[in-house]
Amino acid sequence: MLAEDQKKVVFRIFRFNSGDGGAPRFQEYTVPVQKGMTVLDGLVYIKENLDGTIAYRSSCRMGICGSCGMIINGFPQLACQTQILHLESQVVEVRPLSNYPVIKDVVPDLSSLMRNHTAVRPYIIRLDDEKERPTREYLQSPQELEAYLQFAYCIKCGLCLAACPTVATDASFLGPQALAAAYRYIADSRDSGMEARAPILDTPHGVWRCHFAGACTEACPKGVDPALAIQLLKRALVLRTLRLARVQAPAPVAPPLAPAPRPDIPKAPEPTVALVREQKSEGVEERRS
Amino acid sequence: MRESIWWTVSIACAVVMVLLLSLHMGIMHLAGLLNVLGLNLGDVRAFSAVVARGKNPVQMVVYVIFLAVALYHGLYGLRGILLEVTQNRRWEVTITGLLFLAGIAAFVYGTYVTVKTFTG
Repeated sequence: MLAEDQKKVVFRIFRFNSGDGGAPRFQEYTVPVQKGMTVLDGLVYIKENLDGTIAYRSSCRMGICGSCGMIINGFPQLACQTQILHLESQVVEVRPLSNYPVIKDVVPDLSSLMRNHTAVRPYIIRLDDEKERPTREYLQSPQELEAYLQFAYCIKCGLCLAACPTVATDASFLGPQALAAAYRYIADSRDSGMEARAPILDTPHGVWRCHFAGACTEACPKGVDPALAIQLLKRALVLRTLRLARVQAPAPVAPPLAPAPRPDIPKAPEPTVALVREQKSEGVEERRS
Repeated sequence: MRESIWWTVSIACAVVMVLLLSLHMGIMHLAGLLNVLGLNLGDVRAFSAVVARGKNPVQMVVYVIFLAVALYHGLYGLRGILLEVTQNRRWEVTITGLLFLAGIAAFVYGTYVTVKTFTG
């Protein structure tokens, strides 16, 4: 008999194996659910107690790694962040993320996401060689940080691409994740990679393919607003084309710390240990000579 | 060429279209409001007024400009729809080329009709 605070929910799980060539189907499992259980907990219960053959991807269980993205009751969500009882449904339908090939059951092939992400060069690009041979930290104000911070919270879970209606029709579209990542670096005051990224972004299947449906923003589990990033990216590209963009040198490195000596604090004594070492080494040199 | 150039031109065309359509709506359909504002244009929808406007060189130039911007804006939008379902570079070039030719043909024909009305 179930405890008073325990309910039974039917998990309707998409089953498919790209390796065996079988047709996709749904399989149902009854799972005892209590307050606090997530969809991922339900999947773990099924795998451990009912059917060890179901395949899903998960890792951190706390909405950080972005591994457990799937379509839950018709909406792309992270399984580890979706409380079963909050769905307010007797049936929890779990499907793999849309717009990706399926490897097995609810495990999608995220290669296209990673390929597009890599294509926009998601790292700081600088024309000087400070990045190759760093001397000091970059100087960046809190306001400059604010310009890109929210876009840096992306965990690459791929939910935005699953929600995007344009990705569904245009397989060559870079997608909201890659475009938001591009803007994250273009808006970074340390970066000067606009010219390097523009040939990838300023194409028919780049930033201009976005219809501004906004589904990506709605789906993002981290509160990132890729739709906003894409519109800001469009503005940046148009200003660049019209030569109206404000040319700004990338953030300089911080000046060396040189605190002014305070008269009320006595000067530190000379480092005696180093002096002893120096004297010793001099003695060794003398003996050698 | 950069896609942002085509996109910017398309937006500029939309702005011109909004301005010209506002002018059209004001003159043709808001005569009462213009009267209140002290601007009496007479019966702008009378046949004689339509013929007179057809003979006006300013009207002819505005028609040709409107034709150009509407064609560009419309065909650019159509190209966007077609390219979205085309994943092949060769097809993309073909579609762009065909739409460019269709736009030129429509513009030449439309301009011919406008000029003919003006001179005829």
